[in-house]
Amino acid sequence: MTERSAAGTGPNGTGKAEADKAEAAMSRTGIPRSGLSYRAAVAGRVVLAALGGYGVAALCTALLSLTLPLVRSEAVTVATLASFAIMVGAVVYVFAARSLARAALGLGAVGLLLGGGLWLVNGFA
Amino acid sequence: MRQGFRQSMAWLHTWSGLVVGWVLFAVFVTGAASYYRAEISEWMRPELQTGAPIDAGRAADLAADYLRAKAPAAQGWFIGLPQPDKPVTELYWWNDLVSPLQHALLDPRTGAPSPARDTQGGDFLYRFHFELNMPPLWGRWIVGLCAMVLLVALVSGIVTHRRIFADFFTFRRRKSLQRGWLDAHNVTGVLALPFHLMIAYTGIVTLAPMYVPWGITAAFKGDETRFFVEAGLSPEVRLPVGKPGSIVSLAPLVATAQARVSEPLEHVAVYNPGDAAATIVTIFEEPKGLAHLHPQIAFDGATGAELGTTGLVRPATRISAAFVGLHEAHFAGPALRALFFLCGLMGAAAIASGLILWSVARLPKAGERPGLGFRLVRALNVGAVAGLPVGLAAYFLANRLLPVGVAGRADLEVRIFFGAWAAIALAALLRPHLRAWREALGLASLLFLAIPVVSALTTGAQAFDGAARFLGFDAAMLATGLLLAFAASEAGRTRPPRRAEPAVPAGRPAQRAAGTPQARSAAPAPARRRA
Repeated sequence: MTERSAAGTGPNGTGKAEADKAEAAMSRTGIPRSGLSYRAAVAGRVVLAALGGYGVAALCTALLSLTLPLVRSEAVTVATLASFAIMVGAVVYVFAARSLARAALGLGAVGLLLGGGLWLVNGFA
Repeated sequence: MRQGFRQSMAWLHTWSGLVVGWVLFAVFVTGAASYYRAEISEWMRPELQTGAPIDAGRAADLAADYLRAKAPAAQGWFIGLPQPDKPVTELYWWNDLVSPLQHALLDPRTGAPSPARDTQGGDFLYRFHFELNMPPLWGRWIVGLCAMVLLVALVSGIVTHRRIFADFFTFRRRKSLQRGWLDAHNVTGVLALPFHLMIAYTGIVTLAPMYVPWGITAAFKGDETRFFVEAGLSPEVRLPVGKPGSIVSLAPLVATAQARVSEPLEHVAVYNPGDAAATIVTIFEEPKGLAHLHPQIAFDGATGAELGTTGLVRPATRISAAFVGLHEAHFAGPALRALFFLCGLMGAAAIASGLILWSVARLPKAGERPGLGFRLVRALNVGAVAGLPVGLAAYFLANRLLPVGVAGRADLEVRIFFGAWAAIALAALLRPHLRAWREALGLASLLFLAIPVVSALTTGAQAFDGAARFLGFDAAMLATGLLLAFAASEAGRTRPPRRAEPAVPAGRPAQRAAGTPQARSAAPAPARRRA
């Protein structure tokens, strides 16, 4: 908690250094904010959140469309309505995870499960 | 140390909000204005007089005559029938799905081009709201992406807040520059939070089949038409057979359709009008209620025989349609519509204050050179937040000041809108920052205040015809002008802010935010945690 408290307790007037410190604290890897590897990690999360989040939402929509016990147009509608909440959840997870690798593993596992389910119900046919 | 969930969400809120803030500000403002799209269009076409009833069947036939001559080989015609409050026939047609939609306005009584001045009216703001005046697919994807990021920013913003209820009542404008902007951001963001969440989610849902077609891909093998028919959203529409044909007179079909459904008949669509298998679809206003579901009846174009209607709408589809209905607020009466409008403006204010807060929280120390990113953000803030009102006022003024007969008039209006906006954005790069704010907001204020005057001078006779037709519009322009004048004077009053604030009151150190705007609520003050 110490690093975070230090960032939060500084008086309001201490300026950019303080801001930098606060954001360095935001790096879950402890790498300084301005470092290239920090930037790469952030970029990695953005890409993972966008593509991975969309991928998980898309797979989930397809799977639910085929498996929900409803008339097929209703199943598609429910799945599509839910897909955006699913993507938001995935994005939040990617940015909340302790590291990029962990986020990628988590999202990948969910994607594999969904993809496997979709394959089982002949969703790729 | 390990980072907490709240900290990562504070970071996510700050940066996701920043990257889409400028686009979203424009989307919110033009979206709020779109709640008054019909009123704006009416004001921008002062030549049109409402009142006397119009024969819709005859108007439809005159429209078909016009389109037969103008676009016999079109893939589709879309005829907007005259309504009591919209005495004009509005035509759209498309020759293929790639080239831009064609548009014309007709006098519903004669079938000749409408005498109204050439303008896109409120439709421009409406389309800009989700297409940004770009090629439709590009604009819709960009706005959809921004809306998605907005959802993420809203969720992470909520997580960031420890005291969401207390923030309703907290506005310490005078305490410090950053505190004032933080509270302004919280008040506008939190007070209308249900609206913000609703409008972001339902906005994405309006274009859901485009953004996430994978359900249709999986369950309908990608056949979107089949999906819409089975969901009860569209009647069966036939494919062209490739043999030439002609369509029957529309007036009897209009009469038949009107006798069947109690809602007003709004549109007549003709698919493949030059083909032997043409289909004519009559589309009605949505029945009272939240759901955005237009009843439709389809007819055989060659014989006029009925082909079918929209089918049974089941619960999930109805809920989905209610999402769209909530977004568009067609169900809302005047008071609720005004509330939606104000909530939309509060959304714009939350975005603007968030953008400004980002820069205020990163003001360089005295003697320190501001970085390029910082300067770019500040200039974009002025360009986006103060430039858009200037563009809007210029758009309305151009509508009154451009000669009525000038060629390409509607395009000129749009070009003036973007020209004025771009000029402010460029000026913001060149002027000192606070002066740029003051000047741009002051200019916007003057332009808005000038609108009722210019309108009265240029269209005096029409504007005062009957019971002061445009009183509401003029009042809105004056109110906007006064609001912007207040903003300009506030921007003028702010001295160049110093980062060195007065001494921190002892005992409340954690209240003093530094760095990210959310650091306050992120700071783990043990006292508050116990509370």
